Amino acid sequence: MSDFENDYRHAKPGQSGPGVTDYLDLDTKDETFLDANELVLNMGPQHPSTHGVLRVILKLDGEKVLGTECVIGYLHRGVEKIAENRTYAMFNPYVDRMDYVASVSNGLGYCEAVEKLQNVEAPPRAQYIRVILTELCRIASHQVWLGTHALDIGALTPLFYCFRDREEILKIFEKYCGARLTTHAFRIGGCIYEAYDGFEQDCLKFCTAFLPKLDEYEELLTTNRIWVRRTKGVGILNPEDCIALGVTGPVLRAAGVKWDLRKAQPYECYKNFDFEIPTGLNGDTYDRYLVRIEEMRQSVRIIRQAVDGLPQGPIMAKIPKVLKPPVGEIYHSIEAPKGELGYFIVSDGSTQPYRVRVRPPSFVNLQALDKMVRGLLVADVVAVIGTLDIVLGEVDR
Amino acid sequence: MPDETKDPNPVLPESKPPAAPQPGLEAAPSAAAITKPTTAEISGPSAPHAAAAVTKPEAPAKPAETPNPAETAKPAAPATSEKLATPPAAAKPAAPVAKAPPKPEGPKPEPWDSDLARSLKSQYGSGIKEASTYVGQKYLVVDSSILYEILLRMRNDELFNYCVDITAVHYPKREAQFDIIYILYSFHHNERVRVKTQIKDGDTLRSVVGIWETANWLEREVFDMFGISFDGHPDLKRILLPDGWKGHPLRKDYPILQQDQEWVKINLGIESGQ
Repeated sequence: MSDFENDYRHAKPGQSGPGVTDYLDLDTKDETFLDANELVLNMGPQHPSTHGVLRVILKLDGEKVLGTECVIGYLHRGVEKIAENRTYAMFNPYVDRMDYVASVSNGLGYCEAVEKLQNVEAPPRAQYIRVILTELCRIASHQVWLGTHALDIGALTPLFYCFRDREEILKIFEKYCGARLTTHAFRIGGCIYEAYDGFEQDCLKFCTAFLPKLDEYEELLTTNRIWVRRTKGVGILNPEDCIALGVTGPVLRAAGVKWDLRKAQPYECYKNFDFEIPTGLNGDTYDRYLVRIEEMRQSVRIIRQAVDGLPQGPIMAKIPKVLKPPVGEIYHSIEAPKGELGYFIVSDGSTQPYRVRVRPPSFVNLQALDKMVRGLLVADVVAVIGTLDIVLGEVDR
Repeated sequence: MPDETKDPNPVLPESKPPAAPQPGLEAAPSAAAITKPTTAEISGPSAPHAAAAVTKPEAPAKPAETPNPAETAKPAAPATSEKLATPPAAAKPAAPVAKAPPKPEGPKPEPWDSDLARSLKSQYGSGIKEASTYVGQKYLVVDSSILYEILLRMRNDELFNYCVDITAVHYPKREAQFDIIYILYSFHHNERVRVKTQIKDGDTLRSVVGIWETANWLEREVFDMFGISFDGHPDLKRILLPDGWKGHPLRKDYPILQQDQEWVKINLGIESGQ
């Protein structure tokens, strides 16, 4: 600890070496805490609770957090640059590697954006298959979140429960497209794989089996005294701050804003389904937990309706083998498990996109960390990082 | 390529409206239709717009109408003057997509007619260069000098309180090399608008962190990737790349395999990160 302190205390703006930078200004005295013995603590990038390679530099007074600074980019692969050097179809698998626990959602967003640019629409059957898989993926993503988040706070068991049940979803993915994690399930214009024999039954079977499991998670946590004490009132973000910071997804909904792109600007066939948008009241970590749990229930509802209504027909729209979308710009966004996932694509009429910009929910949401943890304890930082549900692959791209 | 012949057909009805201004000329005697195919053939190979020529053979209905104006405008014109006359005729339908030589059949931006667009235009005049919709998505192109004012107004008066994204696009061949795009959303109207401006390399923009806090990291990313500075940003430094890195990777003159050799050597102790 003192090593870090020394590093940063001695690093002066001009003389910093190639690896050392002064991230926090320690020379100017903080007048608000006259007797403060401020400490700078480096958390990460290799730290189990940061869910990847996130480095947070904490400025502490005792155990109280005075400020934070996120250092990101450790996983930067230049996805947007790669996109400019690949054809539209070739770039499709890359988007799976951004938010790798919700790869299906990433693919859906990208395919839809290019379809919009190309002015085609996926046939109804493809849309239904997409919705089923995307909602399964939302559940899987929330399960990873719940398991790791609970583990960070000290509850070990939910991790095993969540990963056990997530396995069933991954099996469906594997049966459907051969891959479990980076699925590349969809293609521009629809789906390439027809639903396998027994796909509907598998999905329904999962739904039936999953609801009681969800109750089990809740039994472990919702009224658990330790869980409640660790999460209630921690990391409060009010609606105004959420909107100012561009925070979306369950974090925004937990603050009481009933906004979900699936309802606000329905894409695919979401308008055919009946589901609720759960919202919280206080915008704290506990509410975000409840919102995500309820979202899983709603996803099950959507999957059941989609399986029941799964139409027959083609699964691929008529699109050229070599995609050359007309010149233009398009922004399309979907409600990913983490929030608004947007793609801004500029086409110059050639086979390769001129520019692809990904609007990653994790990146924008992570920016709220500083506001959320000010005044809390170090242990709460871990809880707040968990509750933001960030995936560093998407933050850094 | 064979699919290209399928595609344009459904879109053609849309590409007609631009040609519609000359409906009165369709009344030209049908005898002219006999001479027309020749003009189309002549202009086809000779026209500089090879792509414009592609549309003609596809559209059996079109040659009967569009070349007419060229004929009627200069009825006695021999083949040589037809060459001169046809390019403008071909240019007319292509004008809205002048930037799009390879695929002229795509959807075109249409004027965005709304109270907001009208009031902005009346207030700022030529400062609003364009207010259009493209495939239903609204966007404004504004002069960089009034950008901040417009964004402030969008936030305060038009209730676009959520700044979805800030990003840039590099066009190295243009004088104003960069497009800066602000994607805004209004919870109140459930509406999305893009505000776009163009700036030269080396020019700066006023930071909008004061308007939307979320702009902080988004502007830092634009700075990191494109080297565009934002005046008044509280902490403008690289965000995804290391602080000492040289170059801005999303510029078009930065090849995909390029890296900061010196940085890689010093910090990673290897010759190349590729």
